[in-house]
Amino acid sequence: MEKIHKPLDFILAFKGAFVASIIALLLFGPIMGLVLSGYDYQAELQRPLIAAVVVFVGRFLFSLLFQFAQHEPRLQWMLPRKTASVWVEGEQVESKQSVRLFSAMTAITVLTLTGQFWLSVAGGVVLYLLLSRLGKRKHQVMVALVVILGLLMPFFATKFWLTVLIAALIYVLLGLGLNIVVGFAGLLDLGFVAFYAVGAYGYGLGHEYLGLSFWAALPLGALMAACFGAILGFPVLRMHGDYLAIVTLGFGEIIRLVLNNWTEFTHGPNGVSAIPPPTLFGLEFSRIPKQGGTPFHEFFGISYDSSFRYIFIYLILFIIVSLMIAVVTRLRNMPIGRAWEALREDEIACRSLGINHVTVKLSAFSMGAMVGGLAGVFFAAYQGFINPSSFTFFESALILAIVVLGGLGSTVGVIIAAFILTILPETLRYLATELPKAIDSMSDYLPSFLHNTLSTLSDGLGDIGSYRVLIFGVCMVLMMIWRPRGLLPIQRRAYHLDKPGDAK
Amino acid sequence: MTTPLPLLSVSSLMMQFGGILALNDVSFGVAPNSITALIGPNGAGKTTVFNCITGFYRATNGVITLYGREKDTNIGQIIGEKLSVVDFIQPKILLRKLYYKMFGGSHLAARSGVARTFQNIRLFKDMTSLENLLVAQHTQVNRNLLSGLFKTPSFNRAEQLALENAYHWLSVCGLADDANRLAGELPYGHQRRLEIARAMCTKPTLICLDEPAAGLNPNETEALSVLIHTLKNDYHVTVLLIEHDMGLVMSISDHVVVLDHGEVIAMGSPDSVKNDPAVISAYLGIEEEAANS
Ligand SMILES: Nc1ncnc2c1ncn2[C@@H]1O[C@H](COP(=O)(O)OP(=O)(O)O)[C@@H](O)[C@H]1O
Ligand SMILES: [Mg+2]
Repeated sequence: MEKIHKPLDFILAFKGAFVASIIALLLFGPIMGLVLSGYDYQAELQRPLIAAVVVFVGRFLFSLLFQFAQHEPRLQWMLPRKTASVWVEGEQVESKQSVRLFSAMTAITVLTLTGQFWLSVAGGVVLYLLLSRLGKRKHQVMVALVVILGLLMPFFATKFWLTVLIAALIYVLLGLGLNIVVGFAGLLDLGFVAFYAVGAYGYGLGHEYLGLSFWAALPLGALMAACFGAILGFPVLRMHGDYLAIVTLGFGEIIRLVLNNWTEFTHGPNGVSAIPPPTLFGLEFSRIPKQGGTPFHEFFGISYDSSFRYIFIYLILFIIVSLMIAVVTRLRNMPIGRAWEALREDEIACRSLGINHVTVKLSAFSMGAMVGGLAGVFFAAYQGFINPSSFTFFESALILAIVVLGGLGSTVGVIIAAFILTILPETLRYLATELPKAIDSMSDYLPSFLHNTLSTLSDGLGDIGSYRVLIFGVCMVLMMIWRPRGLLPIQRRAYHLDKPGDAK
Repeated sequence: MTTPLPLLSVSSLMMQFGGILALNDVSFGVAPNSITALIGPNGAGKTTVFNCITGFYRATNGVITLYGREKDTNIGQIIGEKLSVVDFIQPKILLRKLYYKMFGGSHLAARSGVARTFQNIRLFKDMTSLENLLVAQHTQVNRNLLSGLFKTPSFNRAEQLALENAYHWLSVCGLADDANRLAGELPYGHQRRLEIARAMCTKPTLICLDEPAAGLNPNETEALSVLIHTLKNDYHVTVLLIEHDMGLVMSISDHVVVLDHGEVIAMGSPDSVKNDPAVISAYLGIEEEAANS
């Protein structure tokens, strides 16, 4: 920080931009430059050239911007933050303006799903004001608000958004489970989807062969996944880092291949169908009872609505997720959670303190697997149909992306990341269908060239769903450069003695 | 000097890394409630001895026995021995070896009462000082999952005790103000002391300190020697220490073992070792420098 007025280094920026544009040229050359048509191809070399020029200019400007930001205190937040952003509770009591704004914006976005725009804005403003007024009890109030909001949500949301929310909550659950393994214990697990599959197939096949109901499958599926975690873990947990990652990757694939090929038992690629949704004390949520109970709408004498089923699944899932969050938060302040984190920090030091690293790793592994299994049971119950193609490596990578984006070890970060990565593509898809309609309705007021541009743009949005993976990739790369330790800083608990006299 | 029954006995210890013979026939004893120093030039094999005692290395040969409060522990045995052909006709030994192969390891050495610090500090950097000490009490607290989740009275009592113990050791080591600071952010000297506090939280009978004064200034070294005396006199632990600061070694140790090229070249009281010609030649200038200071 000594040299405040260091001039911008244009040569450096130019060099970086040149190298980047060469790489872009090599990369985009075959991808964009050769257009296939039938068995033939056309060379359109101007396309990679344009891309390379864009990369050149972008890299040049970014380089200058970062150089400038280094000496400008107000722009420091732009710079990559390599060190851990961990802080101890009590150091920062007041929430920052940005945190309040962010929460308010999130509330508005979430409430918009109910379709009532002004209500959501009002909610956001109320939240912002609450956050700036509340002092110490802010945390409890926030939690209470979120819980109430979450419980009321399904009664306002449309069926489409309800299904999106259910999927998001399942990913939150998966993220929480993997966060125990990767975030807390620091064990890189690339095959987490195996436990998800064990939970889902545990319910699907358990129902088919043993007639298990959802409520029996929930604990059994979780237990079974935990056992699988322990069985896998015991032989491999003596390994470190990369070796462990490879073995878990293999395990994930083995489970999928077994599900695919053991046709007599699992029906192979055809999967398991007609998996029943959960019942409420024997009351079913289908129009005609399939499990021998009374339908919910007949029992209460109301007309049938197919969204009852989703509302019910959502509510159970919400409660389970809330419980899981409470458990995970509690675990961090328990001996086992502390041992997990210590193991992540330094395994050798742990061993020198008498901690059996194998059993501690094993407990993290099976605990994470258990949560993954729970998510699997919900997935099966919500979809009603499962097959091995839901449990590919891509799914593992997605869950890992959630944990890494959220910041290894940060529960709130993981929840936010799970919502972003599942709701964002759906929102974009929703916009892609809604935007052209809105633009058409405005055609009378807009000049025609503007209208044309807008509709071309919105048509381009149409297949945004296909760019999902690309968007994840870009997010991950940006995160690794900008915030390698995750979106949110991690808060550590401060411990104080109740009786200060004992200290001395 | 050696009492009839030492706390720790190392006999004919040999350690081979591929072609390198790091330790060759090292034997010494550590008397209970004493301060024993292990000295020698760099690369002599001091840290390797520590790693064998604390169960991190499996010695190529030799026996290390800790005569503990309740029972005696053979360190080589609890970290898992190699199987040999004869074991297959002795099922009892075979079973024992298999058990320790599955569940044994250096953590058992720690549980039998040996604590240690590291030459290059190994703290849990992203955790607070206090959490570092709580982790060290892992084997003493209530680890039941359910009682932890529901915060039962017995769980709270155990946590409270652990917390008090942690605060106690923080204040003994002069770190009371650093309780809720991240260990990685502490000044170097504090990190060294925190590592000692963490080792003491495991309630050891023997504490092995690997170059605890490295990188400390004279004042901090002075405070360290007071701390080591406190550990011995008030907490009745036995101290085994590796140190290059001859002033510190000569002033606090009861017994000195000198190692060079993996062999013990001298052993005895500080004064006798100081004047040993073999030691002087091994150390060359270092010995005179220490005598001057
Ligand atoms: N894990 C290891 N692998 C190979 N060689 C080792 C290992 N640990 C120690 N050594 C060798 O053993 C010798 C003694 O090292 P060390 O015990 O660290 O010396 P010091 O007395 O300085 O603590 C050195 O020559 C070192 O290279
Ligand atoms: Mg050493």
